[in-house]
Amino acid sequence: MNTVLRPAIVMILGLTLVTGLAMPLVMTGIAQLAFPRQANGSLIERDGKVIGSALIGQNFTEARYFHGRPSATTEADPEQEGKTRPAPYNAAASAASQLGPTSESLLATVRERVAANGPAPVPADAAYASGSGLDPHISPAHALRQVARVAAARGLPEERVRALVAAHTEGRALGLLGEPRVNVLRLNLALDALPQGR
Amino acid sequence: MTLIGWAQIALVLACVIAAAMPLGRFIAQVSAGERTFLHPVLGPLERMIYAAAGVDPNRGQGWKAYTLSMLAFSAVGFASLYAILRLQGVLPFNPQGFSGMAPYLAFNTAVSFVTNTNWQAYSGESAASYLSQMAGLTVHNFVSAATGIALALALSRAFAAGGLKNLGNFWADLVRMTLYVLLPLALIVGLAFVAMGMPQTLGAYVEAQTLEGGTQVIARGPVAFQVAIKHLGTNGGGFFGVNALHPFEGPSALATALQTWSHIVIPFALCLTFGAIVGNRRQGWVLFAVMMGFLVAATAIVYAAEAAGNPLHLAGGVDPALGNMEGKDVRFGHALVALFTAATTGASCGAVNAMFDSFTPLGGMVPLFLMQLGEVLPGGVGSGLYGILVFALLAVFIAGLMVGRTPEFLGKKIQAREIKLAMLAVLVLPATILGFTAVSVVLPMAVTSIQDAGPHGLSEVLYAYSSGAGNNGSAFGGLTADTPWFDTTIGLAMLLGRFAYVVPMMAIAGSLAAKVKVPESAGTFPTHTPLFAGLLAGVILIVGGLQFLPSLALGPLAEHFAMLAGKTF
Repeated sequence: MNTVLRPAIVMILGLTLVTGLAMPLVMTGIAQLAFPRQANGSLIERDGKVIGSALIGQNFTEARYFHGRPSATTEADPEQEGKTRPAPYNAAASAASQLGPTSESLLATVRERVAANGPAPVPADAAYASGSGLDPHISPAHALRQVARVAAARGLPEERVRALVAAHTEGRALGLLGEPRVNVLRLNLALDALPQGR
Repeated sequence: MTLIGWAQIALVLACVIAAAMPLGRFIAQVSAGERTFLHPVLGPLERMIYAAAGVDPNRGQGWKAYTLSMLAFSAVGFASLYAILRLQGVLPFNPQGFSGMAPYLAFNTAVSFVTNTNWQAYSGESAASYLSQMAGLTVHNFVSAATGIALALALSRAFAAGGLKNLGNFWADLVRMTLYVLLPLALIVGLAFVAMGMPQTLGAYVEAQTLEGGTQVIARGPVAFQVAIKHLGTNGGGFFGVNALHPFEGPSALATALQTWSHIVIPFALCLTFGAIVGNRRQGWVLFAVMMGFLVAATAIVYAAEAAGNPLHLAGGVDPALGNMEGKDVRFGHALVALFTAATTGASCGAVNAMFDSFTPLGGMVPLFLMQLGEVLPGGVGSGLYGILVFALLAVFIAGLMVGRTPEFLGKKIQAREIKLAMLAVLVLPATILGFTAVSVVLPMAVTSIQDAGPHGLSEVLYAYSSGAGNNGSAFGGLTADTPWFDTTIGLAMLLGRFAYVVPMMAIAGSLAAKVKVPESAGTFPTHTPLFAGLLAGVILIVGGLQFLPSLALGPLAEHFAMLAGKTF
């Protein structure tokens, strides 16, 4: 038995040292030196305070901001032990709705969102919850539908806001991969940086 | 479906083919113990490990010794991982102060990573410390993958020569595949991932002040390295709960494309390694072509189904332009989601960049069916190759029956013993999947875990056991899987799917290795032709797939027609 057990134990220990401790730590070192911004989570600071990550969506509800996609993340409910309650864009507990295609509750929710974002047809990314619950992007179509609301709330001309959306519309990587999209947090930061209207 | 979507798919697959050729040759070199350009750096480390373990890498093992070494290694690995998960609360690298995992969950998780399944009944960012992620889970991402490759190499060698007494040395194969193949690839891919936006830090979670004045705690960690090996080793276990959908784990379309490449490049390369080891390169390409054919077909079905959208919701006022976006993020697009989905379930990876539970019924049936076919298209690292070779034996046997010739494969006579063992291996999947599913849909303590009513509920359970037994790890996430019943039975399904398959497979290897090579004659059925590729595809579909058809009819197919009829549950 010793001919099998000794190598098994030594191999687990040795390979744990190499692949589980040494390499991740070396990798962390290289990453922190070569790509410090990405390696720490692409954090965005304003006035010296972290206000979010360029890759992680935030919950926007005010009329003067562009809104992101519906998010199905939750948090522990302080009032009921073992239960959770909705907490959109909880970046410490990513989650999706996991509702199936013939789910009655999904259909009802989709109808509610269509009504709230009307008139129909509503862009799909506004009607459906994202998979991560933290989607930082919306489709250009969804952004353009929000221009009038945001412009009115800020007292800005619509063309100004529309131009800002166009400037923040990201294309496909290498002109090929992925889909056109708008980063909501970056767009809203750019809005805040504009000289205000009235 | 759009032209630019198909161009995205074609680009990724072209990169896979281009890289598989040199990689396949390189793996063959390493497996033969030849010197490579990495030996000046890693050679001393390799020899140090052998010396400490008291192993002679040149001493061959018969199939029993080889299998026993593999089982012992897996058992010790399970024990050490279980201990780390239970004790993470008192171990270092735990900035969030997570407590140890509960016994059922730790059992399930340890089995999951040792069997290269990476089924996750826990959510990474809220239950696993950095130490558990690195020294626990990442290690098994490497060694369970290296174990799979080792087993495939052992089976390949059985075809190479006649009258072979040994199949190589398990310890040497394990160490060489880890050090020379997986580790360098993981470093390169991991650094590329960091550049694309994946964090790699030991710093604690960050608290941000949001624009609207709220606070947002942002989970991060040593993500990139673990994610690199999670894909390269077809492990699939995410750092975060939503896996490659999390913006830190799948930051961009480019990253998701590189992940797709990573989880199929080694399985495809191993086909060519096989060709090199047995001295018949065309045979390797035949296996390669069958895998690629299925992969493209599966991608097309998912792409069409998801891009078309859900008619129930379109009627409710959703714009059809973007298709079904429930459980999907904007940045990837349906083309890369479809390819990722087919690749991750064809390849036993199990990472996801979209939530399968919210796919349309037909879109969701494809990953389910690919797992039930036995994870051979292209299959996990190693497990795909040995899986498709078992099917190839059945294919030559069936061809032999049809034309009345003695079945041969690469000069080895295929006889009753091999076919019995092959059927024993092939039957593990349906017995495990259908057996556990049948019990779980009537057992009250299991039924309460099912989220969706109607046929979708059955699909959720069927998917869980298909994923477990197929050592995939992806999920229809609506199922509440962290219960004593599901933790235990899915754990058993994972063990059966790995080891109850591997032991008969290794017995076949032992039996084949001992046989002499029969020279090719006019009576030999050639196995390196398109005809054989078609036959092999047919056998995979009929032997591997037919037994699951009734369950698919009751689950996703029933749901599809219910959806078309406007019915919800």
